[in-house]
Amino acid sequence: MIRLVMFMIFLALPASAEEEIVLGLSHDQVAITATFEGSNILVFGAVRRETPIPDKSELGVIVTIAGPDMPVDIWRKDRRAGIWINTDEVEVDAAPSFYAVATSAPMRDVLHHVEDLQYRITAPRKIRAIGGQVSDSVAFMNALIRIRTDEGLYQRLEGAVDLEQDTLFRTAITLPANLTEGIYEARIFLTRNGRVIDEYITEIPVQKVGLERWLYNLAHNQSLIYALMSLAIAVGAGWGASAVFGMIRR
Amino acid sequence: MQVYLPIAEISVNAFLLLGIGGIVGILSGMFGVGGGFLITPLLFFIGIPPAVAVATSTNQVVASSFSALLAHLKRKTVDMKMGTVLLVGGLAGSALGVLLFNFLRSLGQVDLLVQLCYVLFLGVIGALMFVESLNAIRRANRPGARVVRRKHNWVHNLPFKMKFRVSGLYISVVPPLLVGVLVGVLAAIMGVGGGFIMVPAMIYLLGMPTKVVIGTSLFQIIFVAGFTTVLHATTNHTVDVVLALLLLIGGVVGAQFGTRWGVRMKAEQLRILLATLVLGVCIKLAIDLLIQPTELYSLTAGAL
Repeated sequence: MIRLVMFMIFLALPASAEEEIVLGLSHDQVAITATFEGSNILVFGAVRRETPIPDKSELGVIVTIAGPDMPVDIWRKDRRAGIWINTDEVEVDAAPSFYAVATSAPMRDVLHHVEDLQYRITAPRKIRAIGGQVSDSVAFMNALIRIRTDEGLYQRLEGAVDLEQDTLFRTAITLPANLTEGIYEARIFLTRNGRVIDEYITEIPVQKVGLERWLYNLAHNQSLIYALMSLAIAVGAGWGASAVFGMIRR
Repeated sequence: MQVYLPIAEISVNAFLLLGIGGIVGILSGMFGVGGGFLITPLLFFIGIPPAVAVATSTNQVVASSFSALLAHLKRKTVDMKMGTVLLVGGLAGSALGVLLFNFLRSLGQVDLLVQLCYVLFLGVIGALMFVESLNAIRRANRPGARVVRRKHNWVHNLPFKMKFRVSGLYISVVPPLLVGVLVGVLAAIMGVGGGFIMVPAMIYLLGMPTKVVIGTSLFQIIFVAGFTTVLHATTNHTVDVVLALLLLIGGVVGAQFGTRWGVRMKAEQLRILLATLVLGVCIKLAIDLLIQPTELYSLTAGAL
C-alpha cells in the first residue's frame, strides 16, 4: 500500500526533477515616486535540465504578474424612469488590482484548462468567485475583465514570451501609472503539452516612496492634521496670489 | 510632466491640472463664483474617482474664495453678522451632506446623486439667470423703464427677528439659516461652494443689497468648504492635497486675470455668459444620464 502511495506521489510530481526554472528580474521592487509614469519589468530566465531536451512534446512558458487582491463591486446600469442608474450589483471577494499573463504561444497550446483551474492562471480563473443575486454573473465577470483591460490593468499577452532553443526565455511587462501599491506576485510556469511541469514564485514589492508615502500615511493615520494642512495650503495660496498681484498692480 | 496623485492613486499630467485650474480661476474671477461646479465635472472627465474629485474640489474652493474675499474685505462689502447666521446653518448642512454622501456611496448611487444634483441646480439657476439678464438688457435698451421696488413678502413675517446693519435688513433668522443648511448639503455632495445657489437666494429671498451679497457669500463659503474638506478628509480620506495644490495654483493666478477682464464687461453681459456656461454644463450632464452609456458596467471598491 505504501509503495502504491509512493508511486502515486512520484507520478504526481511530474517532470519537476527534469526541467526547472532559473529566473532573473530587472527590478526586485517598484518605487512609486511623485513623477511615476509606470514601469517596465523585464522577466528573464532559463530552463535548467539534467537530461537532453525531450523532442516529443512542446515546451511552453507562462509568466504572470498579479497585484494585491482587493474586493470589488461590479455595477450594471439599467434604465429607470428614463435615466440610466446602477441597478444590479455583483460583489467579488478578491480580484487582483493588476494582472498580466504572458505566454510563449497561444494560450490553448501552452495551457490545458484543467491546469488553468488548478493553478488559476488566466484572469477569469484568478478572480475569486462571488455571492451574487443575479443570474448572469458571467457577464459581470467579463465586464470586470473588459474594464480593467481597457485601463491597462489586466493584460493578456499571448506570444509575448520569447523562448529561444527551448532554454532561454524573456518577456517585458508594462506596469501602468495607475498602480495600487502592495506586494505583487510574479509566477512563472513551465509547461509541456499544456501540463505544468514546474512553477516558480517570487514577490515584487510596489510601494509609494518619499513625499507620496508621507502624504498617504498622513492622510490615513492622522487625517485631521492632513485636513488642516490642506486648508492651510489653500488659504496660504489664496492670500499669496492676492498679495503678489496687489504688488504687481501698484 | 506626469504627477502621481497619492490619494487618487493615478498619474495625471500636471499642466492639464494647472490649465483646468487656470480656466476655472479666470471664470471665477470674472463672475464671482467659486468655480467648484466646473472643476468637479472636469475632474470626473479626466478620470479622477468621483469621491476624490468632490472632496478635493471643496479644498480648491477654499483657496479661490479666500483670494476673492480679501478684495471684498478691503471694500467693506462683507456682512459678517449675516455671514455668521448663514454659516451656522451651513455647518449643520455640511455635516448632513457628508453623512448622506457616505450612505449613498455604500449603496453605489453616489455618482447618480451628484449628477442629478448638478443637472437640477445648474438647470434651474442657469435658466433663471438667463431670463433675468435678458430682461435686464432689454430694460437697459429702453430708457425710462420703471425699476421694480423690493416688496415685503412672507419672509418678513417670521419670528426671531434680527438686525443686519451692513445689509440694512431687519428680518427673521430662519430663512438665512435654511439657506445656509441647503448650501452646506450641496457643498458636501457636489464639491461646490454653493455661491451659485446662495447669491440668488440672498438677493431674491432675503432681499439683501447686491453690493454686499458676493462678499458675504464668499465669507460663508470659505468656512463651509473648509469644514466639508475636514469632514471628507477625516471620514473618507479622499482629499488629495497634490491634486488640490496643482488646481489652486492655476486657480488663484487665473482668478486675478479674470477679475481684471471682468471689470471691462457690462454686468448683464457677464451674467448672460455665465448663464450660458451653466446651462451648457447642465445639458452635457443631462445627456449623459438620458442616453444609453457605451459601458453599462462600472466598478467600485468593495468592502473588506
